[in-house]
Amino acid sequence: MTLSVPPILIYALRRLLQAVPVIILIMIGTFLLLKLAPGDTVDALVGDMGGADAAFIARLRAEYGLDQPVWVQLWRYMTKLATFDFGWSFVYEQPVSTVLMDRLGTTLLLMASSLTIAFTVGIALGAFAARRVYSATDNVISTLGLVFYATPSFFLSLMMILLFSVKLGWLPVGGIKTIAGFYTGWDHVVDVALHLVMPTAALSLIYLSFYLRLMRASVLEVADLDYVRTARAKGAGEGRMMIHHIMRNALLPVVTLLGLQFSTVLGGSVVVETIFTLPGLGQLAYKSVIQRDMNTLMGIIFLCALIVVVVNFLTDLLYARLDSRIELA
Amino acid sequence: MTTLDTDLAPPEPPRLVVFWRRYKRNRAALLGLALFVIVVLMALTAGIVDPEDPLRRAGAPLTPPFTNWDTPLGTDQLGRDVLSGIFYGARISLLVGVAATLVAIAIGVVIGALAGYFGGWVDDVLMRVTEAFQTIPNFVLLLTLVAILGSRIEWITLAIGIVSWTAPARMVRAEFLSLRGREFVDAARNLGVSDTAIIFREILPNALPPIVVYASVIMALSILLESALAFLSLGDPNYASWGNMIGQGRAVLRSDPYCAIIPGIAIVLTVLSFSLLGEGLNDALNPRQKK
Repeated sequence: MTLSVPPILIYALRRLLQAVPVIILIMIGTFLLLKLAPGDTVDALVGDMGGADAAFIARLRAEYGLDQPVWVQLWRYMTKLATFDFGWSFVYEQPVSTVLMDRLGTTLLLMASSLTIAFTVGIALGAFAARRVYSATDNVISTLGLVFYATPSFFLSLMMILLFSVKLGWLPVGGIKTIAGFYTGWDHVVDVALHLVMPTAALSLIYLSFYLRLMRASVLEVADLDYVRTARAKGAGEGRMMIHHIMRNALLPVVTLLGLQFSTVLGGSVVVETIFTLPGLGQLAYKSVIQRDMNTLMGIIFLCALIVVVVNFLTDLLYARLDSRIELA
Repeated sequence: MTTLDTDLAPPEPPRLVVFWRRYKRNRAALLGLALFVIVVLMALTAGIVDPEDPLRRAGAPLTPPFTNWDTPLGTDQLGRDVLSGIFYGARISLLVGVAATLVAIAIGVVIGALAGYFGGWVDDVLMRVTEAFQTIPNFVLLLTLVAILGSRIEWITLAIGIVSWTAPARMVRAEFLSLRGREFVDAARNLGVSDTAIIFREILPNALPPIVVYASVIMALSILLESALAFLSLGDPNYASWGNMIGQGRAVLRSDPYCAIIPGIAIVLTVLSFSLLGEGLNDALNPRQKK
């Protein structure tokens, strides 16, 4: 390696290379799942046409390469996936990639808003509870964390609908925008934001408790370390101590969890999007299961896995930025 | 866990008494244990409380709670008794929770033990597989498996186990990595003990305590996953399930919210009991961790 390349770039490149075998394994996995599922593309196609004779079916199978050995099929499948060709959705009568791209935005918006809230509020409450450890404030925060951790997202969503939509009438029950509204400009933004309040709150309240509990434990641990005592002895004020000395180190495990948890949160969006009828990937996944649209389902799995890999890559970079002890090269 | 109560008798081995003393120092853990015992009792007595099918019509549809003592917690829109649904639901939740946890831990122990013990390319391959499973959102994978396997309760349990094994695998691997270089392992190897015996009879017993504590977390997550599936009406339709009751209650949420609220509270309390139980076990087993 030449010295001119910054170590962070080499580190980033190495992390990307590590993701390659994982992606390949997921490709093989989705292929196996497709093979395990009853019926193949031709069955779906023939079912769509309302039946065909055996010779025609055999010709279709040859045309789609389904008469080839499994290895050849796997290779073809993987090369197609690598170019984002997920096949044809027989439910939506569109290429799967088109269906997915239509819905990606909503899910990313929901993920970004709920993770931001869960992460920031979680670490703030966690740090706050740790500073007043074993006090009434700490007990209230920790208990709420435990209760939200134990609450299923669908139950929380229904209770919020009951309170804010049915009883109080403040917020819309579902959808991403008012269909008959035809809002433009800021009205549109406000409308979408109003529709996202409850789904975001439902998702973030559940996952907030993860960050809260870890942050509390992490701050308690770091606050006991020698360097913190030294800083205090040198006369650092409480606020400076917390932000400058404790938080920065206490954040490290929480950032790791952010990356690890991301795929779980993405999975959690299935339930929340279905309840609030948000047209995102999660709702699409549920509909695909009900309608047995395997191509779309595999597309969702692959796309979600890619998103998770990217997010993990970004959290790794963030981690490397936060923890200067980490070896980059 | 009901055995903990009986272990209190004086002639019991002192180790358990010490364990219990440490455990009961944590009042929240005691609450967790109490809730857990209640859920277990509900699961055991479901057949006594209501000997008939919980999915039958038991009274007039949508009887509110506390109005008719034949159906104390009311009935849903099909006239099914909410109380017996709660009791039978406890049975299904615990059954799925325990069985799925066993599946997840079994897979996790085998993969983690092989990866940690042999290291090298075995470790590389198994860890990439683990990462692949962690990368796919677990609920999406669970939906896919249920779509392929079908909605029978056995398949659902297996599928929940298959999406939950990665965390225990990583824990077992870490334990094995730190234990495989110890003297007792070297001694066993020099005596000519086979790899299988070293893995399962020498190292595994030492690696188990953290896994046992973590089992309570997997159990809680399994119950949440099962209820979410049932809520989306992808559960086994032949059994009363809390998640399914909430899913049905959603249709009458405006007029009769109790149909969704009562089973919802049951899930929250059950999952809460596992979390508290896990924390209590952790504090009691690793007293040094907490000051």
